[in-house]
Amino acid sequence: MRVRVLLFGVLTERLGGKERVVELAEQATVADVVAWARGLRLEEGLVRSLAVAVNREYAQTETRLSDGDEVALLPPVSGGCRGRAV
Amino acid sequence: MQVAITREPIDAKALMEGLKAGADGAVCAFDGIVRDNTRGRRTLHLDYEAYEEMALEQMRGLAAEAITRFGVRDIAVVHRLGRLFVGETSILIAVASAHRGAAFDACRWLIDTLKKTVPIWKKEQFEDGAVWADGEPFPEAIAPGATASGSADR
Repeated sequence: MRVRVLLFGVLTERLGGKERVVELAEQATVADVVAWARGLRLEEGLVRSLAVAVNREYAQTETRLSDGDEVALLPPVSGGCRGRAV
Repeated sequence: MQVAITREPIDAKALMEGLKAGADGAVCAFDGIVRDNTRGRRTLHLDYEAYEEMALEQMRGLAAEAITRFGVRDIAVVHRLGRLFVGETSILIAVASAHRGAAFDACRWLIDTLKKTVPIWKKEQFEDGAVWADGEPFPEAIAPGATASGSADR
């Protein structure tokens, strides 16, 4: 199957682009997309910090994917106002 | 309920005025603005980006949850994207309620929760370089990267 992987924040710079099309085995899960990201030589700390959304909803590692899904890799968010005070 | 993402300046005063109704005894607002430094490093501007469709859905969900959870009457939440300069409003949250306690609580809960889960990011431009701001770690329930696929080296 094929899924669209959307990239945000620091990932767009690390991977050069906002979107990739990724080929996965049938019955693939979110874990397979995380493994794909890990294979791109991102720092382990960054991979571990990611959340994943499937079709705009937060998803779990074991969430099953379908052909054509929109899978977003989300670095820790920093919206709102300023972050930590220190 | 008014929930929006905009690229234009946020008119905080107009939003607060527009929220008021006869049954309200209080409007509590949180106006998040761009500070001129991070840990002493001088900030020139911030660039905000979002996974917009998802961010809007998340913001709507949180505003609706806040209304139920705190029993407030109405809420407005607007987040701005794009380039923002020092002193400009990046987010405005306004909560209207019969009583102030609930309005304060809902406002505080909304900004704290939103900052952890709504997919919006900012890049900080300093005098001597730019960095994507460190976000707070995701709540455990929504960070599968931490648990997925085992052969990590630590």
